Amino acid sequence: MIRIENVTKQYPGNPRPALDNVTLEVEKGDFVFLVGASGSGKSSLMRLMLREDVPTHGSVHVLGDNLATISSRRVPFFRRKLGVVFQDFRLLPNKTVAENIAFSLEVIGKSRGLIETAVPDVLGLVGLEGKADRLPNELSGGEQQRVALARAIVNKPAILLADEPTGNLDPATSQGIMAVIDRINQAGTTVIMATHDKSIVNQMQRRVVELSGGVIIRDQRSGGYEVKA
Amino acid sequence: MRWGFVLSEIRQGLRRNMSMVISVILVTFVSMTFVGTALVLQLQIGQMKNYWYDRAQVAVYLCDAISPQTVCPQGESSPDVKAAVEAKLKSPTLKPYIQNYYFENHEQAYKQFQQQFKGNAVAKYVTANQLNETFWVKLKNANDGEIITESFTGQAGVEQVRDQRTYLDQIFSILNAASLTAISIAALMLVSAALLISTTIRLSAFSRRRELGIMRLVGASNFFIQLPFVLEGVVAATVGSLLAVGTVTGLVQFFVQGFLAQQLPFTSFVGIGDALLVAPVLVLAGMLLAWFASLFAIRRYLRI
Ligand SMILES: Nc1ncnc2c1ncn2[C@@H]1O[C@H](COP(=O)(O)OP(=O)(O)OP(=O)(O)O)[C@@H](O)[C@H]1O
Ligand SMILES: [Mg+2]
Repeated sequence: MIRIENVTKQYPGNPRPALDNVTLEVEKGDFVFLVGASGSGKSSLMRLMLREDVPTHGSVHVLGDNLATISSRRVPFFRRKLGVVFQDFRLLPNKTVAENIAFSLEVIGKSRGLIETAVPDVLGLVGLEGKADRLPNELSGGEQQRVALARAIVNKPAILLADEPTGNLDPATSQGIMAVIDRINQAGTTVIMATHDKSIVNQMQRRVVELSGGVIIRDQRSGGYEVKA
Repeated sequence: MRWGFVLSEIRQGLRRNMSMVISVILVTFVSMTFVGTALVLQLQIGQMKNYWYDRAQVAVYLCDAISPQTVCPQGESSPDVKAAVEAKLKSPTLKPYIQNYYFENHEQAYKQFQQQFKGNAVAKYVTANQLNETFWVKLKNANDGEIITESFTGQAGVEQVRDQRTYLDQIFSILNAASLTAISIAALMLVSAALLISTTIRLSAFSRRRELGIMRLVGASNFFIQLPFVLEGVVAATVGSLLAVGTVTGLVQFFVQGFLAQQLPFTSFVGIGDALLVAPVLVLAGMLLAWFASLFAIRRYLRI
């Protein structure tokens, strides 16, 4: 599903690589937490999986595509198979909840008919029934993140990449978001989530990959945020 | 392809950047008017060349009583001189180049002059013997004027040989310079139009950068992302080009046909047909310009 081999990522003007000879394999249906201190390379790794960036050395295979050789014309079609959420939600402030989700389908050419059924469905899935016509600034942070999740999964992606999705939320709200992500994973979507949230990782007991200075220092089948001594 | 969606995006873009869009329209309008005028002028020059080169003749002016002593020491040329000139025109050396020729005596020259300058003050003062007797030579190829000029210049009894073509060439070189000037101004204007279009599109893209970011994230194709921006530029430029077409057509219709053609009835002028020939060139050029300028501007937002 995802195979990262001997990947090194060096940003220009920075002698220390953000990722240093990283090898990682993720199976279909996995739920992977990426943990590690700030600057350890979590976001860099996710950007490579999304083909927002290319590695300096090594290869990245995602869903059968070799992201080093994929033509830039095919990248958009590759991305349709992935869903992404970020810490800062990235909603369009002048569009309603339903319009925000519909927008992501419109721009990949989905038909009006499909959009009209898919949007209410996915809103139900993330627990936002009845909020379809609200604007983002009329929602709480947790609700906004649910909209972002809905947008990420409305096209039924095989992989969900979440970069600190609970980073701006209080613990109780984070629990709600994690419940949604867990449900998405249960439905068969592979989830990769970068987080600093100790209690979530400890509670979920899923696979944990820990980065430090761009190197994987731990890859545990079902672990906690820190290795218990 | 969701055309309704694309159209609403274009409409929003045009509305959001109203003042920039208007300036794009104006700049394309002015630059395309210059381009169109230059093209019409070229057509006009071509048409006049055809017309006048066809009629251009070489005049062999014979000496008369008032010719300067230096060239015509013997005064009014005798019938012998005329016979000599005519014999030379008929000779095998010159004959192949000549289509026809005719002789114009003082009286005929006077009549011709009176007709040409009817109503002009000079017509009253000129007398028949002030006008040279002339052999008018029409060449098969207007470019061969030199041959006649060289053969007769300096011949006894010939005051001067004049190729009308050389006058025409002067006029055409002035017209050409005017058309070149219009083209250079047009080129400068086109550069500024292209820059303005790409600035406008860049602003438009900047004001929609959130949307662009999300479009890229969810996998909208580059073509789909570009389309509203490119069409936004193309729509504005097309409006400008159409205004230019209107102006050029109006110029031809009201200034050239309505005024010049009335003032100078013996000249052939470009007509509405020529203006319509130029129209698609202008519109197409405006569209292509906007297409490339917009693509260039939006490229940065598509880098993956
Ligand atoms: N675009 C960039 N240009 C240069 N250096 C970068 C760039 N992006 C990240 N880096 C560097 O790469 C290293 C890893 O950054 P990255 O964002 O992957 O860390 P992270 O684990 O996501 O951190 P955080 O937990 O704070 O989000 C850092 O040292 C950072 O300064
Ligand atoms: Mg990060």
